[in-house]
Amino acid sequence: MLIELTEISKTYDLGKEKVHALRGIDLSIQRNEYIAIMGPSGSGKSTLMNIIGCLDVPTEGAYNLEDVSVHSMTDNQLAAIRNKKIGFVFQTFNLLPRANALHNVELPLIYSGLSKRERREMAEYSLVSVGLGDRMKHKPAELSGGQRQRVAIARALVNNPSILLADEPTGNLDSETGREIMSLLTKLHEHGNTIILVTHEREVAEHANRVVHILDGMINEDTITRNGMKAAEA
Amino acid sequence: MIRNIFESAKIALQALWAHKLRSILTTLGIMIGVMTVVGIFSIIQGLNSGFIDLISGLGSDVLYIDRYSWVMEGQEWWEVRGRQRITLDQYQYIQNHSRLASLVIPQVGTGSSVSRREHSLEGVQVIGTNEHGLGTGFGPQNIEEGRFLSPIDVERRRMVAVIGERIAETLFPDIDPLGERITVGRDRFLVIGVLEHQGNALGNDFDTNVYIPYGAFLKAFGAWRSYTIAVKVRDPEQMEDARIELTGLMRTARRLKPREEKDFAINNQEMLLNFYNNITRGLWAAAIGIGGISLLVGGIGIMNIMLVSVTERTKEIGIRKALGAARWHVMTQFLIESMTVCSLGVIIGMGLAAALAVGIDNATPLPTSISLSWAGLGIGFVVVIGVIFGLWPANRAAKLNPIDALRYE
Repeated sequence: MLIELTEISKTYDLGKEKVHALRGIDLSIQRNEYIAIMGPSGSGKSTLMNIIGCLDVPTEGAYNLEDVSVHSMTDNQLAAIRNKKIGFVFQTFNLLPRANALHNVELPLIYSGLSKRERREMAEYSLVSVGLGDRMKHKPAELSGGQRQRVAIARALVNNPSILLADEPTGNLDSETGREIMSLLTKLHEHGNTIILVTHEREVAEHANRVVHILDGMINEDTITRNGMKAAEA
Repeated sequence: MIRNIFESAKIALQALWAHKLRSILTTLGIMIGVMTVVGIFSIIQGLNSGFIDLISGLGSDVLYIDRYSWVMEGQEWWEVRGRQRITLDQYQYIQNHSRLASLVIPQVGTGSSVSRREHSLEGVQVIGTNEHGLGTGFGPQNIEEGRFLSPIDVERRRMVAVIGERIAETLFPDIDPLGERITVGRDRFLVIGVLEHQGNALGNDFDTNVYIPYGAFLKAFGAWRSYTIAVKVRDPEQMEDARIELTGLMRTARRLKPREEKDFAINNQEMLLNFYNNITRGLWAAAIGIGGISLLVGGIGIMNIMLVSVTERTKEIGIRKALGAARWHVMTQFLIESMTVCSLGVIIGMGLAAALAVGIDNATPLPTSISLSWAGLGIGFVVVIGVIFGLWPANRAAKLNPIDALRYE
């Protein structure tokens, strides 16, 4: 099992009151799944994504990622997990504005301690594979929204992570560009990547094979989509 | 590890380059601090070498009986200005009665001019003394060619002169000065010796000294000047006894009544050394004080700008953390950045100090110098200030929670 969440709870202590963002989530995700996590704002889906992405730790419960328990790891151990096993794609792209596309994609490799030459090769390969071979020296401001998100995807993929975690990847894009990005994700899934998509748009979620609905910090519904059925039949 | 440090340095330089004006302003404090410290240090160094040159001629076993103290010892100028001059009779008296002295040397001097045919030199120092007068005052210790005054020159008040190197060069551009005649003041003197090159110390050019027998000085320049009596003490262990003996002899020679205050001074090299050390102690204190304060202010400036930088780049820190930057990555990045700002200040400050030193060297008699060891000192500053004042901001950045940092707008 790639991801195994058991009885995950997250409580924020705001002094007077306690906010229960997650209340006992059980979720298993297998390798090469394409899963969408849906829910209205305040449902806890962002908190869940942060925990899956090792940006945050649960208050209670167990999280095993590739059979390694990450729920009790230190800051630095989590950083290493994020670096090697997780690729993030954010709604707002989160590229470094002063660095060009190539340098942005190289960043995770810097933190894994690769040599300059290796970094350069891997980053170039990753950018070419998202169709930006001719935009490597461009800074984010010189790129369109769709291109920026492609850079972000290239960056997420460059370390060959176990999971690609996309948080509202089309939220800041027009519908045309959004569709392009979604088909890129579908293609990546077909090539064997595991993709976890967080969204509130049904249309976007339908690209996934499985949809998990979160409501009030609990899993409300866990269904296989039409895509997923087709895939299962095939 | 090393690779990451280089990477951080590069990131830091890019960040600094993006805020050029801010970086320069931030480093102003460090710049001024380094300039002050290095500037004052180089002045002290210059003073030291100049002072040592100056007093090297004064033996530590020589006492100088003078009308005034070389170093004002609490008296005001108006209290001592009426003192009687020290005369040749008093010199003779010391010569005849001192038991602890090995040599007694009269010294009298005046500013004058020398000339020979169309060549002349103004502002020379004419010194009347005896055959022991070389090397017991300020100035050269050795003869370059010819000889110094002989006992017979002194006894017979011969009109002979031993001249400094610059005088020889100026008055005798083509010929050997020995055996030639020059005019000192209004009288003709025979050149019998040329002194070794000495150079100048703190504005005193020792190569324009002219030594003549004190009797000849009397004839040429009159008898109204006060003398200095240099007394070489036979046994350096007996300096204090000699001082007491000389005080007694001088009181008798000057016919002071028992209750009268002494109206002369007994000077020695040590007094000048102490005086000098007091002055430079003050300079050191000033250097450390001013330098310390401006480096503190500079350091706080750097801390401030680093805090601003951390806040401004919270989002960037969040992104880096999400992509796998560990605490130490972020920490090093900001520490290196603060050290980079710091080195900018130190480099500019050292440059300014070097310029200052060269300026002082050219504009004043102070020989200032900047040595390579200041560069080492500079690196020390960079590390200490950069780390001390960068630590808190860098730690703050390193400890940021990645989610909060990512959400920061």
